[in-house]
Amino acid sequence: MTVLLEAGAPRTAAPHRRPTLGKHREVLAGLALLAPTLLCVLAVSLYPVVRTFALSLRDTDLAGQQSEYIGLHNFAELLDDATFLGAWLQTVGFTAVSTALETVLGFVIALVIHQSFRGRGLVRAAVLVPWAIPTVVTSKMFGFLFNGDNGVVNYLLVHLHLIGSNVNFVGDPHTALATIVLADVWKTTPFMALLILAGLQTVSPTLLEAAKIDGASAWTTFWRVTLPIVAPALLIAALLRALDAFRIFDLPYVLTGGGPASSTMTLSLYAYQRTFNALQLGYGSAVSTAMFLTEIAIAAGFAVFLVRRFRAMEV
Amino acid sequence: MSTARAGLRRGSFRLLAAAIVVWSLFPFLWQLVASVQPDRVLGAASPSWLPNPATFEHYVNIFTVKGFQQYLVNSAIVAVSATAIALVFATLAAYALARLPLPGKRLSLAVILAISMFPQIAIVSPLYEVLNKAYLLDTYRGLSGVYIGLAMPLMVYILYGHFRLVPKEIDEAAKIDGAGPVRTLTSVIFPMVLPGALVAGLLGFITNWNEFMLALAFESTPDYQTIPVGIANFTAVHFVPWGDVAAASVVVTVPLVVLVAVFQRRIVGGLTMGSVKE
Repeated sequence: MTVLLEAGAPRTAAPHRRPTLGKHREVLAGLALLAPTLLCVLAVSLYPVVRTFALSLRDTDLAGQQSEYIGLHNFAELLDDATFLGAWLQTVGFTAVSTALETVLGFVIALVIHQSFRGRGLVRAAVLVPWAIPTVVTSKMFGFLFNGDNGVVNYLLVHLHLIGSNVNFVGDPHTALATIVLADVWKTTPFMALLILAGLQTVSPTLLEAAKIDGASAWTTFWRVTLPIVAPALLIAALLRALDAFRIFDLPYVLTGGGPASSTMTLSLYAYQRTFNALQLGYGSAVSTAMFLTEIAIAAGFAVFLVRRFRAMEV
Repeated sequence: MSTARAGLRRGSFRLLAAAIVVWSLFPFLWQLVASVQPDRVLGAASPSWLPNPATFEHYVNIFTVKGFQQYLVNSAIVAVSATAIALVFATLAAYALARLPLPGKRLSLAVILAISMFPQIAIVSPLYEVLNKAYLLDTYRGLSGVYIGLAMPLMVYILYGHFRLVPKEIDEAAKIDGAGPVRTLTSVIFPMVLPGALVAGLLGFITNWNEFMLALAFESTPDYQTIPVGIANFTAVHFVPWGDVAAASVVVTVPLVVLVAVFQRRIVGGLTMGSVKE
C-alpha cells in the first residue's frame, strides 16, 4: 500500500481513485471465487437440513405417494416410542463415554508424539493408521477380534484367566455397546491426538524452561503451565469429537445392526432404518430433527463453558 | 541416582510409545494375518498367530467370485472426481477468504465450517429426494456431486490456514507487476500453498473413499456401490466369510496406510496449523 502511494501520489491528480476502483474489482473477484463453494455447501447441506425440518412435520413416505401436514404429531409420537428413547439415551451415553476416553487417551498420545525422540515418525504414522481406515472396515475388524466363537480377544482373556468362558461380545446386550465404544475409541483417538497436538505446539518452550529454572517438577509444570494453555484447544477438540460421536452410524450398522434387542440402536441408525427400511420419511425426519436439536444443545453447552472459561481467565 | 531415574523415565516413555504403536497397528496386522489363512484355520478354536500354511485363496476369491474390483472402480471414480472438483473450488474460496477484501469474510468462513458439522442423517433423505427426481440415484454423478459439497468445508479450512501464511507483500508485488487477483493466485500464490493443497486433497479423498451412509442410501446395485457398502454386504447366508472380509479390508486399507506413511509429516503439519492462529 505504501509502495503504491509513494509511487503514484506525486504524479496523479486523483490519488484515491485507482485504489478504490482496484478494491471494487477485488471484492467482485472475491465473490466470484467464493460463489461455487458457497453454492455447493448450501445445496448439499443447508437446503437438505431445512427440508428435513419441514418433512418432520408431515406424514409422508419415501416414495412420495402421500404427504400430509400433521404439525408436531411425529414428535408427540417420539415421546411414546421406547426404541427412540432408548436410542437417545444410548447415543448420549455413547457420546459422553467415548468422548471422555478419547480426550484422555488423545492427550496422552499427543504428549508422546509432541516429544522429539528417535522413531517419532514411525509412532506418528502408526497413530494415523486407525484414522485412515474406513469405519466399515474397522467394524469388520472388531467383529473378527471380538468374535464370540473363536475371536482372539476371547482367546486371550480366557487364557489369562480374566473370564471363565467365551463372551459373545457383540451378541450380548450387556457388552455390545461397550464393544462399539472400544472400536470407536480405537478409530478416532488419533484425530483427537492431532487436534490436541496442535494445542501443545502453542505452548512456548521458553515458558517451560522458565518453569524448570524456577524449580517446578515436570508434574507441576504440566498441571500449572501446559494444561491451562492447552485447555481451550482441548475443549474445542472434545466438542468436535462429541458432535461427531453423537451421529455414530457405521459401527452399529455393520457390527450389530442396532441389536441385540436395540441395545446398540443409535439415533442416526434409527432414523435411517425408519426412513429407508420402513420408508417413513416424515417420522424418520422427526428422529433426525430431534437428534439435530440435541447436537445444537451439546454445542451450546460447550460454547457457554468455553466463554465462561475465557472470561475467568481474563479477570 | 538421578541418572537411574532419568533412565527409568526414558524407559517408561519408550514403553508407552511402543504400546501406542502396538495398539494402533494390532487390529490391522491381525486382519493382514487372517487374510492369508485358510478358512479351516480361521474357524479353529485357538487362533494361529502366524499364517502357516499361508494361502492367497481369499484374494483370489474376492476378485473372481465376488467381483470386488467393481467396487474398487466405483470408489475410485466417485472419490477422485469429487475430490478434484472440490479441491479447485475450495482453493478459489480459501484464497478469496484469506486474501481479498471481502465483506463478511469471517461470517462466511464460520458458516462454511458450521455447516460441515451438520449430521449426515439430517441431509440424507432430502438429497435422496432430489437425486431421485433428477434420475441420479444409481449413478456416479449423483454421489460424486454430493461428495463435492461434503469434502469442501474441511478443504477450505486447511487451505485458508496455508494462504494466511503467505506474506501479503507477495500479493502487492504481483499487483504492482500488473497481475489481477486470478493471475496472482494461479501463478504466484498457489505454488506456495501447494503442500496445503496436497493435504486438503488427501483428506478430502480419504473422507470420500470411506463415506458409508450416503453411498448406502443412493446406490442400490453393485454396479455403482462403493467399497464400504460392498464390504458391509460381505456376508454369506450361514457364516461370516472372515477370510474374504479380511482380504477385502487389506486391499482397501493398504493404499491408505501407504499414503499416511508417506505423507505423515504433511498431514500432521497441515492439520495442526491454522487452528493455532487467531
